[in-house]
Amino acid sequence: MHEMSIALSIVEAVDAKARQEGARKVSGIELLVGKLAGIEAESLKFCFSAAAKGTLAEDAILVIEEPEGTGECGECGTRFPVNFYYAECPGCRSLRITIVSGEEFLIQSMTIEEEGE
Amino acid sequence: MCDTCGCSTEGGAVLRKPGQSDYHVHVNEGDHDHAHAHEEQQSHDHGHHHEGTSRKVVLEQDVLQKNNLLAERNRGYFEARKIFALNFLSSPGSGKTSLLEKIIPALQPRFPVAVIEGDQQTTNDAERIQALGVPVIQINTGSGCHLDALMVNRAVKELELQDNSLLCIENVGNLVCPALFDLGEALKVVIISVTEGDDKPLKYPTMFHEADICILNKIDLLPYVEFDARKCRENAMQVNHHLEWFELSAKTGEGLAALQEWVERKLLQH
Ligand SMILES: Nc1nc2c(ncn2[C@@H]2O[C@H](COP(=O)(O)OP(=O)(O)OP(=O)(O)O)[C@@H](O)[C@H]2O)c(=O)[nH]1
Ligand SMILES: [Mg+2]
Ligand SMILES: [Zn+2]
Ligand SMILES: [Zn+2]
Ligand SMILES: [Zn+2]
Ligand SMILES: [Zn+2]
Repeated sequence: MHEMSIALSIVEAVDAKARQEGARKVSGIELLVGKLAGIEAESLKFCFSAAAKGTLAEDAILVIEEPEGTGECGECGTRFPVNFYYAECPGCRSLRITIVSGEEFLIQSMTIEEEGE
Repeated sequence: MCDTCGCSTEGGAVLRKPGQSDYHVHVNEGDHDHAHAHEEQQSHDHGHHHEGTSRKVVLEQDVLQKNNLLAERNRGYFEARKIFALNFLSSPGSGKTSLLEKIIPALQPRFPVAVIEGDQQTTNDAERIQALGVPVIQINTGSGCHLDALMVNRAVKELELQDNSLLCIENVGNLVCPALFDLGEALKVVIISVTEGDDKPLKYPTMFHEADICILNKIDLLPYVEFDARKCRENAMQVNHHLEWFELSAKTGEGLAALQEWVERKLLQH
């Protein structure tokens, strides 16, 4: 279950940054997980709570945005939705497709709670 | 707890060498500095009570950044020493070790070869490779289902690699997550065998998309199974039109010469 080791790297990155920022806790995390990134969002959420136990991100709410895959044809330049299974240009039927979005896998931001002054 | 040394590392990867039961090295992060202990240390010493505030912090950080950075370090090391590293990936039992057993003796007269074996448990594969007389180290990932750049970084330190050599890394048998973890290799080699379905490239597109070379193995069994090699190739190409394609049998050696020639050419260009 690779989502577990991935959840651990997210927690580690977020926890480190939150400490740097002097946070008391992390209440939210926004992830960008492209549909083609090879990550199962549901399974990631499931692993996250276990991975975050005992860290600043323990109670954080995970929000996952999942951009659709987009391909660009190397022959005619057409852009169209892809999911790998049909990576064929609808314009000219070429298979020379480059993925231009959908492979993102980023921690975009987090919301931290801090002591007010 | 580790059975061998009794240390408290849980679930972490361990390096082993075949035939040396007293040798084992834990793959830990030397700079493990996310001190959980710090949690209580942020002493709350100002004496007035107040509401907490929340604030958004932008990271825009690749989730796999840590692995990717370390992989780049491995890659830089390999390039500086002209070590050509291949990452072999497949489902369990597609024939990764069998292929290495066949191709290493063919390459060895012209190029030094070393091997890193990844499995959850046992040194069986490393023992098979050691029988060929090449340096080999086993990474046991325990519960982990893939190799990562840190494990390879540590394994490389335990292997005496020569300049201008070939390093074969056999990943844990798994077509899913090894695709996501860059090890610093020059190329990824994915193996599929004719006893699997010819739609495998469509079922596990990420792996085939990330690979540079695809090898169809066990073609000696083609007469006995319902497997359309042409269809499989088409499926693979649909997912990744840059794939180099080879068909061979690690058992009979059929088709091996083409792969050997290709690897030798790459080794010289590298
Ligand atoms: N008939 C036939 N059998 C093969 C061939 N290549 C491998 N095998 C058999 O397939 C089985 C698995 O081969 P391995 O080389 O151990 O496979 P692997 O990918 O290294 O397996 P893991 O490391 O467990 O993931 C063994 O019984 C091999 O003898 C081949 O070309 N033809
Ligand atoms: Mg093997
Ligand atoms: Zn087109
Ligand atoms: Zn130990
Ligand atoms: Zn820790
Ligand atoms: Zn894994």
